Amino acid sequence: MGAAAGGLAVAEALRRKDYRGRLIVVGAERHPPYDRPPLSKQVLAGVWEGERTHLRSQDDLAKLGVEFLLGDPATGLDATAREVRTASGRVLRAQTVVLATGLAALRLPGQDDLTGVHVLRTLDDALALRRNLTAIDRLVVVGEGVLGAEIAATARGMGLDVTLAGLGHTVMADQLGDLVGRTLTLLHADRGVRLRLGIAAQALTGADGRVTGVRLASGEWLPAEAVVVAVGSRPDLGWLDGSGLALGDGVECDSHCRAAEGVYAVGDMASWHHEGLGRRLRLENRTNAVEQAQIVAANILGENRPYVPIPYFWTDQYDVKIQVHGVPTRDAQVDVIEGAPEESRFVARYSVGGQVTGVLGWNMAKAARLHRQNLIGTFTSA
Amino acid sequence: MKVTVDEVKCCGAGQCVLIAPEVFDQRDDDGIVILLESEPGEDQYSLVREAAAVCPALAIEIAE
Repeated sequence: MGAAAGGLAVAEALRRKDYRGRLIVVGAERHPPYDRPPLSKQVLAGVWEGERTHLRSQDDLAKLGVEFLLGDPATGLDATAREVRTASGRVLRAQTVVLATGLAALRLPGQDDLTGVHVLRTLDDALALRRNLTAIDRLVVVGEGVLGAEIAATARGMGLDVTLAGLGHTVMADQLGDLVGRTLTLLHADRGVRLRLGIAAQALTGADGRVTGVRLASGEWLPAEAVVVAVGSRPDLGWLDGSGLALGDGVECDSHCRAAEGVYAVGDMASWHHEGLGRRLRLENRTNAVEQAQIVAANILGENRPYVPIPYFWTDQYDVKIQVHGVPTRDAQVDVIEGAPEESRFVARYSVGGQVTGVLGWNMAKAARLHRQNLIGTFTSA
Repeated sequence: MKVTVDEVKCCGAGQCVLIAPEVFDQRDDDGIVILLESEPGEDQYSLVREAAAVCPALAIEIAE
């Protein structure tokens, strides 16, 4: 269930492992499997047409021997019977069900009543935002996380007047801590983004059904012709109510990504027990979806492997490429171990209680990858 | 097996180097992929297939 990177990767890995049985992939959207990371960058900037995000050609998909049921959102699951229901009324029964329906974007109150207010989760969202941005001059992005920061950078690159507002005191501090957060904040300021950080967005303002700006808790009003709401997302779990599965911060799985007998979860929605860290983890990134899919495919075929990755994600903002290995956290001690932030080239090491928990490269991809080996102990079970 | 890489698509993740270090490397300055072996030996086939499958930028193409 789910026809994005994770769902497709499970199907492909099963075929690579010589599974010859029937495979059905159900997707909520009408598009064939496509890639999300380019949506906030190449697609939004107009450098790529929408089709270029498609993960496989029609030919490659046909060769897989998979039935794709697209444009038909899942509406219910009976985990014991392994029976899935969809919006169009389909009822599918299977030996194994893989849940990979991803995330839903959070919204601000009242945003659906105003035109010019966007979220960016799907290809259609990205194309709609692109159309809007080419027709306006002034954008406000609410949310200083990775998505908001990338959208602000792309919109600046398009020549728009951009304000980035968010609750955090620096850009991406929640994910990357204050040292990198400060460096990112300086980067955005240097490229001409107006920053309003550490302040809650209180309300969207509108006139005649169209957004006119954002009111902040400080009382300041930010005028805007369009607003992007990038305040985070939550696993899309609504359709799993009554499924019999444990739902917490995602679909709760064991260390083998199994949610119940014959039911697995993959990608952004899967909360699984990481045996190396000794705790539950849920990751919202592209690499995880595909790596987890390899393990799930193996376990469906009886290999019984725990999923113990060293997480990885990247973000591109302006000409800066940031690579993140491990799990950096706000509370970690952060040391610059190569280069320097002032030189726009450095590697930062995150540690908690003397254990290295993360490595970040800022325009130093290879060096960061070489330091990744210091994470192996932390992410490997004893 | 013939392997090709797309340097423009590559995002510098280095996942391929971790999986198949005899076939892939990264440039020092920007981390972009370097193809060490465009016709790898048979012992590398499954590693190269896995590297292509997990490449987050779809920058590795295999012709078999």
